[in-house]
Amino acid sequence: MSRHAQPQISVFSRALLVPAIGQAVVKLDPRQLCRNPVMFTTGIVALLLTILLVLGQGFGSLGFQIQLVLWLWLTVLFGNFAEALAEGRGKAQAASLRGAKAELWAKKLLGAGNASEKVQAERLRAGDLVLVETGDLIPADGEVVEGVASVNEAAITGESAPVIREAGGDRSAVTAGTRVISDSIRVRITQEPGMGFLDRMIALIEGAERQKTPNEIALTILLVGLTIIFLIAVATVPGFASYAGGEVPVPLLAALLITLIPTTIAALLSAIGIAGMDRLVRFNVLAKSGRAVEAAGDVDVLLLDKTGTVTIGDRHATEFRPLTGITGGELAEAAHLASLADETPEGRSIVALARERYSVKETPLPADAEIIPFSAQTRLSGVRTARLFLQKGAVDAVLRTVPEQAESSAAAELQRISAEIARSGGTPLAVVSNGRLLGVLQLKDILKAGMRERFAELRKMGIRTIMITGDNPLTAASIAAEAGVDDFLAEATPEDKLALIRREQQGGRLVAMCGDGTNDAPALAQADVGIAMNTGTQAAREAGNMVDLDSDPTKMIEVVGLGKQLLMTRGSLTTFSIANDVAKYFAIIPAIFVALYPGLAVLNVMHLATPRSAILSAIIFNALIIPALVPLALKGVRYRPVGAGELLRRNLAVYGLGGIVAPFAGIKLIDLAVGGLGLV
Amino acid sequence: MTAQGWTLIIVFTALVIAITKPMGMWLFRVMEGGRTWLHPVLGPVERGFYRIAGVDPDKDQSWKDYAVAMLLFSVAGIVVTYALQRLQYYLPLNPQGFAGPAPHLAFNTAVSFVTNTNWQSYSGESTMSNLTQMAALATHNFLSAATGIALAFALIRGFARREAAKNGMGLIGNFWADITRITLYLLLPYSAVFALVLIAGGVPQTLAGSVAATTLEGAKQVIALGPVASQEAIKMLGTNGGGFFNANSAHPFENPSAWTDFLQILSIFSIGAGLTWCFGKAVGNVKQGWAIFSAMLVLFLIGVTLCYWQEAAGNPNLHALGVAGGNMEGKEVRFGVAASALFATVTTDASCGAVNAMHDSFTALGGMVPLVNIQLGEIIFGGVGSGLYGFLLFAILAIFIAGLMVGRSPEYVGKKIEAREVKLAVLGIAVLPLVILGFSAIASVTQAGLAGPLNHGAHGFSEILYAFTSVVGNNGSAFAGLTAATPFYDGLLGAAMFFGRFFVIIPMLAIAGSLAAKRYTPEGAGSFPTTGLLWIGLLVGVILIVGGLTFLPSLVLGPVADHFAMVHGQLS
Repeated sequence: MSRHAQPQISVFSRALLVPAIGQAVVKLDPRQLCRNPVMFTTGIVALLLTILLVLGQGFGSLGFQIQLVLWLWLTVLFGNFAEALAEGRGKAQAASLRGAKAELWAKKLLGAGNASEKVQAERLRAGDLVLVETGDLIPADGEVVEGVASVNEAAITGESAPVIREAGGDRSAVTAGTRVISDSIRVRITQEPGMGFLDRMIALIEGAERQKTPNEIALTILLVGLTIIFLIAVATVPGFASYAGGEVPVPLLAALLITLIPTTIAALLSAIGIAGMDRLVRFNVLAKSGRAVEAAGDVDVLLLDKTGTVTIGDRHATEFRPLTGITGGELAEAAHLASLADETPEGRSIVALARERYSVKETPLPADAEIIPFSAQTRLSGVRTARLFLQKGAVDAVLRTVPEQAESSAAAELQRISAEIARSGGTPLAVVSNGRLLGVLQLKDILKAGMRERFAELRKMGIRTIMITGDNPLTAASIAAEAGVDDFLAEATPEDKLALIRREQQGGRLVAMCGDGTNDAPALAQADVGIAMNTGTQAAREAGNMVDLDSDPTKMIEVVGLGKQLLMTRGSLTTFSIANDVAKYFAIIPAIFVALYPGLAVLNVMHLATPRSAILSAIIFNALIIPALVPLALKGVRYRPVGAGELLRRNLAVYGLGGIVAPFAGIKLIDLAVGGLGLV
Repeated sequence: MTAQGWTLIIVFTALVIAITKPMGMWLFRVMEGGRTWLHPVLGPVERGFYRIAGVDPDKDQSWKDYAVAMLLFSVAGIVVTYALQRLQYYLPLNPQGFAGPAPHLAFNTAVSFVTNTNWQSYSGESTMSNLTQMAALATHNFLSAATGIALAFALIRGFARREAAKNGMGLIGNFWADITRITLYLLLPYSAVFALVLIAGGVPQTLAGSVAATTLEGAKQVIALGPVASQEAIKMLGTNGGGFFNANSAHPFENPSAWTDFLQILSIFSIGAGLTWCFGKAVGNVKQGWAIFSAMLVLFLIGVTLCYWQEAAGNPNLHALGVAGGNMEGKEVRFGVAASALFATVTTDASCGAVNAMHDSFTALGGMVPLVNIQLGEIIFGGVGSGLYGFLLFAILAIFIAGLMVGRSPEYVGKKIEAREVKLAVLGIAVLPLVILGFSAIASVTQAGLAGPLNHGAHGFSEILYAFTSVVGNNGSAFAGLTAATPFYDGLLGAAMFFGRFFVIIPMLAIAGSLAAKRYTPEGAGSFPTTGLLWIGLLVGVILIVGGLTFLPSLVLGPVADHFAMVHGQLS
């Protein structure tokens, strides 16, 4: 994850730590605490022991009692602190975003002319038209309806290079808080007040609107279930003890309960969720819900538009293929002339290649030249002068201009060469001069650098990539093979894309789709994870459930990684939390039962000094492990694209076995410290 | 431990592996309602039942309908069994003229047999009339076993079916068709054949009540007889465990030789093992079944090794007195230490509860093995049907944690495991500790409860704990030592049996319904393979840790304290 656009805020900077400590106390409010049942239980137990302490009904020396109560409260506070810290980090980011939003004014257009009135941005409603001129901030999310402008979107993306926003086409969406740095545009507002992009982004990273994701809910249920089971296990102990002719004091039972219930994961659970969202935003991806991020971790199939994703958007001329009897120079010269007025990247690449290969001179167009622009009907473009009529275009379109030669050997040769080019993954472009077929230009897609490796990485994650393209199947197959995607959909219409997604979903697979155009919107909405490019249309941005502010479709790899990381962090810390119980049992069980059966002293395998120091050590370990794991919770367990089996083996070794072993060492050390400091 | 003892355990293990697939194939066919070679004879019988009852066997039920049918069937069974016992004095086939047992005992026995527990607070040969034994008790040996297997079928269908739902509720089969088919094509023929084998091995099968004999000393002795072999067969293979005689499989008429002993142990595991294969077959990958089988086998081997080791080691206090060898207290000399340890482990791995030795007399840790086996939920091959569905509840928890750890929403055999399944699985698993520990705690503090145990101290507590563990797990084996035929214990144990069975079943069926309605998710490269060693290890770990952590405090106060007392030379 190398492309951090926004400055990192250190987890343990003073600016974050101090308010988090305050928040931790505020969060003791039972109304807030009860959202986390395990910590709520801990809170109640702490309260109970405090009351017993005050009433003088506790157990053991006063010092021991006070320490016990203190550490119980600290356990709750540490949990609150972890959550507050994660929230604080998001808030710091939100604050900088809010700065961008603070003073937005709009020039609201009145009628058709340029007459406008100045209104506050909050008062704009969907459908209003506003004028944005050089130097103005865009007041609200919308769509350019007229004009072209370069816009600095650094406020939301952190990227200072301006981007072009223009009416029509796929680059028409503008975002509140970004600044127009040249020209002026008319924008139709598409958001109701308070529902804009920035608002949602702020709400999400602040954690205010955070809803629990499905797996988080399931995990919470599991934790509550374990808490209930341990509650039963502990609550029945006094009965059993009384059979043995003794009794176990309530504070000791409380200590046993708190160490057994999964406080570690419960304390960190919401911090993990908030931090995950925060990481995503740092990574310049805005998710509309946590559910989408979690779903990203499950993606089986990724659909990618070829253009702009697999290839660098434009095709380049790579070869001239003259027909028999025509020299390469002739063809190149004709193609050069026909393309001089063609400002598309393809046209420019033809001109460049002609000059480079055949040293065609840089002659300007003749004065009388009439330029015939490309039209979707004829699929031809060209130039006409008094004595010359040059056309270039799709092979069948070119052949149609010379119907009398349909059966000629030239036409046959043209078609043969075209087929050859198509097979090799290129696009053939035929050239005809005054009704004479000259030959074919080979245009090729240029693959983006490093794509093969990116797709290999996705494959290792278990994700199948499907390239979608309007090309014919031959071309598509060749590019697919070159890029290393797993499959392709050629000659795709929007309906085809939708059908493909539905088919995959019917098969039980989770589909992600990257797109930017309006015609991608249905597919983005249908896909389980739809990532819209920020440069795309408002329709696409609305349809997707994530927006990539950098407009980099291969970022899906990182998004999937983030989704998986989120689950893995929860899973690993749950395993750790439960595995810890083994050692805690060995600390506490002998301590509370040894009075009943002295033989049980053998179970004190850690050789903890006294029963009281054993109990205190276990409670202290249980509390301290929470802040100790906060950095891990905020950073996330590392995800590597290896097989699921390998991943599990690794995490089980680290968090499962580690979870069993670590507390033995930890509790022993704390016991030594407690003894050394004379705390009991 | 001896080479002979280990040979017994190894041969036993090999045979369990060998019978799993054939048994599984037969179970799969019965589950699918497929045709067997028994159909020409039994097919008309089956259809006759459906006609009389007005059941359409092809009409699938939602999980709620299935649960209601199962509950109606079971409650009706309890009522009828209760009535038959109470009225036995006025009913025929009561040559000894036994009076009806007390209400609390009749209640306890009725629940016990209907829930496949077969906890017996009475001596069969001196309490129940022949009619009660045959019409009420033996019948439920079949029906409660059939119910257990039917429930396992329902859960298997939940995993295997794809988007099988009506009105949003998953369809999981027809309860009436399931119990009819299981009884006709599986339990009846299987127990008929097994009974013949046992008769060949010397088990009596007669309607004569008893014979009088004169001993060498000239004393008169009345030796009870009866239709022992037929009841013995279903008692073992249906994991019922309720013996004809009070001494159960330690009685020479129930279990005359080493051979009958071995076959009886094997039959306990046979259906439970077969169901794992049936599960794999149904979900389209028999390896999935073998993975579950392997996890169960590992747990079994751990248990039997520990139990055999402890029993063979014996009691150091006795060694000090010059009594060499393993712990033979409460064991049949005919079977010895190894066969007794094997029987005890198997009968509690499964929810059978038959015994060939008295678990109360085991060493502290040797006796802890049966206790822990039941506390884990008897999911090691387990009670017929209940073993598999109980195990799958743990599998759901294990896959949920594993799924999170590999960063993917958990899925098992093609079904996504979501909040609903986790909630229900936790609910099902929590029932056991709640009832076992809760009721044991009640018994350890009340006057009536304290009157029960024979021993004092840790061992006395073990007796109480074992009793509640045994009934909640629907095992029915007794640690002995506990005087349970009191209104207090009969009532509390009866309630525990009921909760232990049905409070697990209802969430389990809800899971089956929820899964059946789900779409199939094919296994991708990112999903965690649930067929390999890692999965088997994870299953074993989750079961031992979750199960173990729950019961550790009680075990420490019971058998563990007992053990250290023994080590320190105290005899409780």
